[in-house]
Amino acid sequence: MQTPILEVKNLEVSFATYAGTIQAIRGVDFQLFEGETLAIVGESGSGKSVTTKTLLGLNAANATVKKGSQILLGNTNLADYKEKDWDQIRGKKIAMVFQDPMTSLDPTMTIGKQIAEPMEKHLGKKAKEAREAALALMKDVGIPDAEEHIDDYPHQWSGGMRQRAVIAIALAAEPDILIADEPTTALDVTIQAQILNILKAQQKKRKMAVIFITHDLGVVADVADRVAVMYAGKIVEKGTVNEIFYNPKHPYTWGLLSSMPTTSTALGSLHAIPGTPPDLLYPPKGDAFANRNAYALKIDHEKQPPFFQVSPTHEAATWLLDKRAPKVVPPEEIQKRQAYWQEHFVKEG
Amino acid sequence: MENPEAKKLVSIKNLTLTFNAGKKNEKTALEDVSFDIYEGETFGLVGESGSGKTTLGRTVLKLYSPAGGSIEFDGSDINKMKKKELADFRSKAQMIFQDPQASLNGRLTVSNILGEGLDEAGFTKNKEERRKKVLELLHMVGLNEDHASRYPHEFSGGQKQRIGIARALAVQPKFVIADEPISALDVSVQAQVVNLLAKLQKEQKLTYLFIAHDLAMVKYLSDRIGVLHWGKLVELGTADQVYNHPLHPYTKSLLSAVPVPDPVKEKAHHVKSYDPSFEKDGQERHMVEMEAGHFVLATQEEAAKYKADQN
Ligand SMILES: Nc1ncnc2c1ncn2[C@@H]1O[C@H](COP(=O)(O)OP(=O)(O)OP(=O)(O)O)[C@@H](O)[C@H]1O
Ligand SMILES: Nc1ncnc2c1ncn2[C@@H]1O[C@H](COP(=O)(O)OP(=O)(O)OP(=O)(O)O)[C@@H](O)[C@H]1O
Ligand SMILES: [Mg+2]
Ligand SMILES: [Mg+2]
Repeated sequence: MQTPILEVKNLEVSFATYAGTIQAIRGVDFQLFEGETLAIVGESGSGKSVTTKTLLGLNAANATVKKGSQILLGNTNLADYKEKDWDQIRGKKIAMVFQDPMTSLDPTMTIGKQIAEPMEKHLGKKAKEAREAALALMKDVGIPDAEEHIDDYPHQWSGGMRQRAVIAIALAAEPDILIADEPTTALDVTIQAQILNILKAQQKKRKMAVIFITHDLGVVADVADRVAVMYAGKIVEKGTVNEIFYNPKHPYTWGLLSSMPTTSTALGSLHAIPGTPPDLLYPPKGDAFANRNAYALKIDHEKQPPFFQVSPTHEAATWLLDKRAPKVVPPEEIQKRQAYWQEHFVKEG
Repeated sequence: MENPEAKKLVSIKNLTLTFNAGKKNEKTALEDVSFDIYEGETFGLVGESGSGKTTLGRTVLKLYSPAGGSIEFDGSDINKMKKKELADFRSKAQMIFQDPQASLNGRLTVSNILGEGLDEAGFTKNKEERRKKVLELLHMVGLNEDHASRYPHEFSGGQKQRIGIARALAVQPKFVIADEPISALDVSVQAQVVNLLAKLQKEQKLTYLFIAHDLAMVKYLSDRIGVLHWGKLVELGTADQVYNHPLHPYTKSLLSAVPVPDPVKEKAHHVKSYDPSFEKDGQERHMVEMEAGHFVLATQEEAAKYKADQN
């Protein structure tokens, strides 16, 4: 068994607010392996960004990481880190790319300088050497005529070019882990395709592990090796990308996959998950998805489901997987996917 | 919508729009764009960022003055309308925006946001009737009485967008321009809003101009689709023609860039690159009808080549 480069165990994060304590992350576990891409998908507000910001100590001041949470990077537990310790991690071991490139670019500094800075700081490169390396990196991420543009300021660039600059900055100190939080959501599909290709190529070249957050399941299908599905502060299902797309087990995952139209979906027949997610000021005692779940059993409303193992790489937290649960027929879209799974991934006998 | 009997609700002819005309930063955002929108249909508009989709929508609502060409609504040129006709047009044509937060007045309750629209259109004779109509609107978009006294910030993104839709529909429009109405929403909420738009269209015989990045959603919702590139309409046809039998190399490239939620297909799939330089070669291009209702912007030679490529 491969050892993970990062392991998150029982992560709990809450926010103190005027109205009370928001239990944003309610016991999250996952592992990340060298060179892989783990995609995190899920409802808005389910905790994707908070989970990954916690890995970099970037949460808002009103956040508390609960005692007993573990974020193991090698032998160190980042959950115990104080502000002064993070410098050793941010940018150097773990780097981050956000949705809006303008939030991570300094408008007053040239792009070349912003890429060179982490190289000087973390790799001990001299100014001239760092500038050369920054130029090479700009070419790597597909910035045309890099020599001409190395001294440009961010406002002179389009959204797609800025996002390339942000990626270059994130790669500058050669991190082992790259977290990309909706890096292409603000871009049109053409530019998105270019950015995804750049990310994939750089990941391969550097054997970097990537945590990729997106709500676009097409993008997940493209980039992910493994997928974690989040709902209301918990991971509800995780597995390889094929397991999640062709053999999903959690009704929330079913809902997500059925709410995207395919070219053959007839008008009016698009599945929509009814209702809204629960208020995390008062997390429900059972499965948080139960009140929106047409397949909910009585026990879903009363008791938190544990993870049931589907395969060595696939698990889902739903009572439907309990031996005693009645057999249910998933939505049509899911049946089609499962048929594909049976045909292509399940060996005879 | 190939029905020749269908009535043209919006007719756009040779529309050209220039920002900052005569200045150094002059920018032609729309160039010689022509197409019609038939009553009761959904016309989808797609194209890369900056291609002119929002500009087109805003020009059709008379928020920008065109440099050339004309826009007819229900048979009258919107830029020649007199006062009364114009007021009528303003209520018949409405817009739903990408960011519901920014388009709703945060200091008003939902009830007053909707009431304002009703007052504007002169639909409210007294308080009681106003209240009744507000409730009707809320029910129509799947909200209820409890929501009426709340403020926009107390709602989720999907709920805010429902309020935005209710506000647009308060004045009983015939034509609604939806500019990326679901881009800012969650996948599951997108489906709720799209279903709502489809339901309302059926119930009220609405005509939509639907602008979106998400090509799968556009295909799903639209009867016909127009593809915009650099301010020019490069392809026009039924949703099936454009999506399943694209002609223009830009359309092909755009479609190939859409990731599909199917890992085996998606991981094997390559994006077709597009070199737009030929668009600026100075040759004259026209919309050539390649089959009934399916047009592509091309020279005669290019049209022949596109046809050959398809077979
Ligand atoms: N500073 C904060 N104070 C209070 N609550 C917060 C704070 N930051 C985040 N939250 C809450 O934590 C929960 C998780 O938020 P998070 O940003 O991780 O969601 P997300 O899954 O990234 O959603 P999206 O897809 O919309 O980006 C939400 O309920 C959010 O309101
Ligand atoms: N008020 C304005 N003044 C000057 N130029 C403008 C103005 N509005 C838009 N433009 C320019 O016109 C072009 C078309 O912009 P538009 O907003 O219509 O594109 P879009 O297709 O809606 O893009 P997106 O998908 O990013 O919304 C762009 O080059 C834009 O920079
Ligand atoms: Mg987020
Ligand atoms: Mg726009």
